[in-house]
Amino acid sequence: MATLVIAEHDNKTLNDATAKTVTAALLIGGPVHVLVAGEGCKPVADLAAKIAGVEKVLLADNALYAKMIAEAMAALILSVAESYDSILAPATTSGKNYLPRVAAMLDVPQISEILNVVSPDIFERPIYAGNAIQTVQAAAGKKIITVRATAFAKAGAGGSAAIETLAAAADPDLSKFDSEALSRSERPELTSARIVISGGRGLGSAENFKLIDKIADRLHAAVGASRAAVDAGYVPNDYQVGQTGKVVAPELYLAIGISGAIQHLAGMKDSKVIAAINKDEEAPIFQVADYGLVADLFQALPEMDQELAKRGY
Amino acid sequence: MKVLVPVKRVIDYNVKVRVKADQTGVDLANVKMSMNPFDEIAVEEAVRLKEKGKASEIIAVSIGPAQAAETIRTALAMGADRGILVKTEGEVEPLAVAKILRAICEAEKPMLVIAGKQAIDDDASQTGQMLAALLGWGQGTFAHSLELADGTARIAREIDGGLQTVAVKLPAVMTTDLRLNEPRYASLPNIMKAKKKPIEEKTPADYGVDVTPRLKVLKVTEPAKRGRGIKVGSVVELLDKLKAAGAI
Repeated sequence: MATLVIAEHDNKTLNDATAKTVTAALLIGGPVHVLVAGEGCKPVADLAAKIAGVEKVLLADNALYAKMIAEAMAALILSVAESYDSILAPATTSGKNYLPRVAAMLDVPQISEILNVVSPDIFERPIYAGNAIQTVQAAAGKKIITVRATAFAKAGAGGSAAIETLAAAADPDLSKFDSEALSRSERPELTSARIVISGGRGLGSAENFKLIDKIADRLHAAVGASRAAVDAGYVPNDYQVGQTGKVVAPELYLAIGISGAIQHLAGMKDSKVIAAINKDEEAPIFQVADYGLVADLFQALPEMDQELAKRGY
Repeated sequence: MKVLVPVKRVIDYNVKVRVKADQTGVDLANVKMSMNPFDEIAVEEAVRLKEKGKASEIIAVSIGPAQAAETIRTALAMGADRGILVKTEGEVEPLAVAKILRAICEAEKPMLVIAGKQAIDDDASQTGQMLAALLGWGQGTFAHSLELADGTARIAREIDGGLQTVAVKLPAVMTTDLRLNEPRYASLPNIMKAKKKPIEEKTPADYGVDVTPRLKVLKVTEPAKRGRGIKVGSVVELLDKLKAAGAI
């Protein structure tokens, strides 16, 4: 039977996590369909139809789904669940919000944040902040799965799936979108950036994060932070990298003034190259860093900025 | 209004876990156990509601071994009024936990359940959402702030792009994120007082819930280790290395 992937998007563009989740779906078994639920989100459906391997796109265009409110999303997914053997969503804050509702309503367990598809019913997933990997076999019945997108390559382009309109499900009328305060940034998105530069408590203030911003601008990098830096109010919550924040796996992760608590390492230790600058040579971050520099960041960052400028970055 | 707070006994967040050599799980012998940190935030939020006169009674529920009574005592010392311990052996999956909590909610009729957004052992992040679905209630997950007024919970949620505020009809389930509050330490007099607060003991059978796991854990292994890194002596050397590695 078919596999359904729930698209992650902002009604205008498709988040990369969707094409990565499609890769996981293809490993579980096709045909793979993608559900695009939103408002005015036809352009997103067009993009989803171009993902290689996708056979059909279901488009539910209704104000109910504009902000992917969990109760309405779960009701919609449930309305088509019968046709699918597996239902996957990226393990984003929205996938994590609505998908367990679907699992409960179908009376099946959910398998959270898979890292690998060993076989169509056997999956690897992280537990204890990634300090252990659990290999788990799904029970008979539907498989409800969230996917850690950074663990899968993006499915290619070149598809030409048919787009089918899906009627809205009845409004559960349990909650309503009220407002949002989104961080605006010209920089690449944290979870899909090629380079991520994160700052920790060592930065000491919101103002000092500008030292990181300058380097990030030169390297076209996204800016992240440790929990300590977010809790201290230096940067907003959506900057947090870690067990309970965002999980990133860029080509380069540059950790500045971050000691490297296990909860932080959980969010970045699968990065291809890790470099760290910290004045404490005993900092645990150096145990996972490929390149470590023991230095005062307030000297090292301006120096790095100048050196990058000299080299034409 | 009653508030129900589920609390889970987990390996303390400062402990480095060790995978057992036989790959059946992680070593829990002689390891410090504590309340799941997100559940502490949940208890704190409930206690603050009570202090503001918005909550009348706080019930702390734990599903786990006999020692989970200690976790409930911690919640009672922070300000919860009474506890319910549902004794189980071995792993209980989030769906089974949600079913037990549903039965308790049907009996106790809380207007708000405040749960941690995830437990730091299985990192599943499912129980609160599943409970809300089973009860047919609304949910506000990953809460950053909460306001209660006119039968509605206005919950600001920590989402990937920033903050999203939803208005959820009560009764509802809320799950806590890190910035909701900073949990208090229980004072010694409150720890003493907590010893006298009642904890009711139950079993899953009392609620008609089968807790047999439905997923089969085949093995638990160590993650791939990273190769040993090197220390560099200067910013220039660091950039040279990163350039050579093709990282910049």
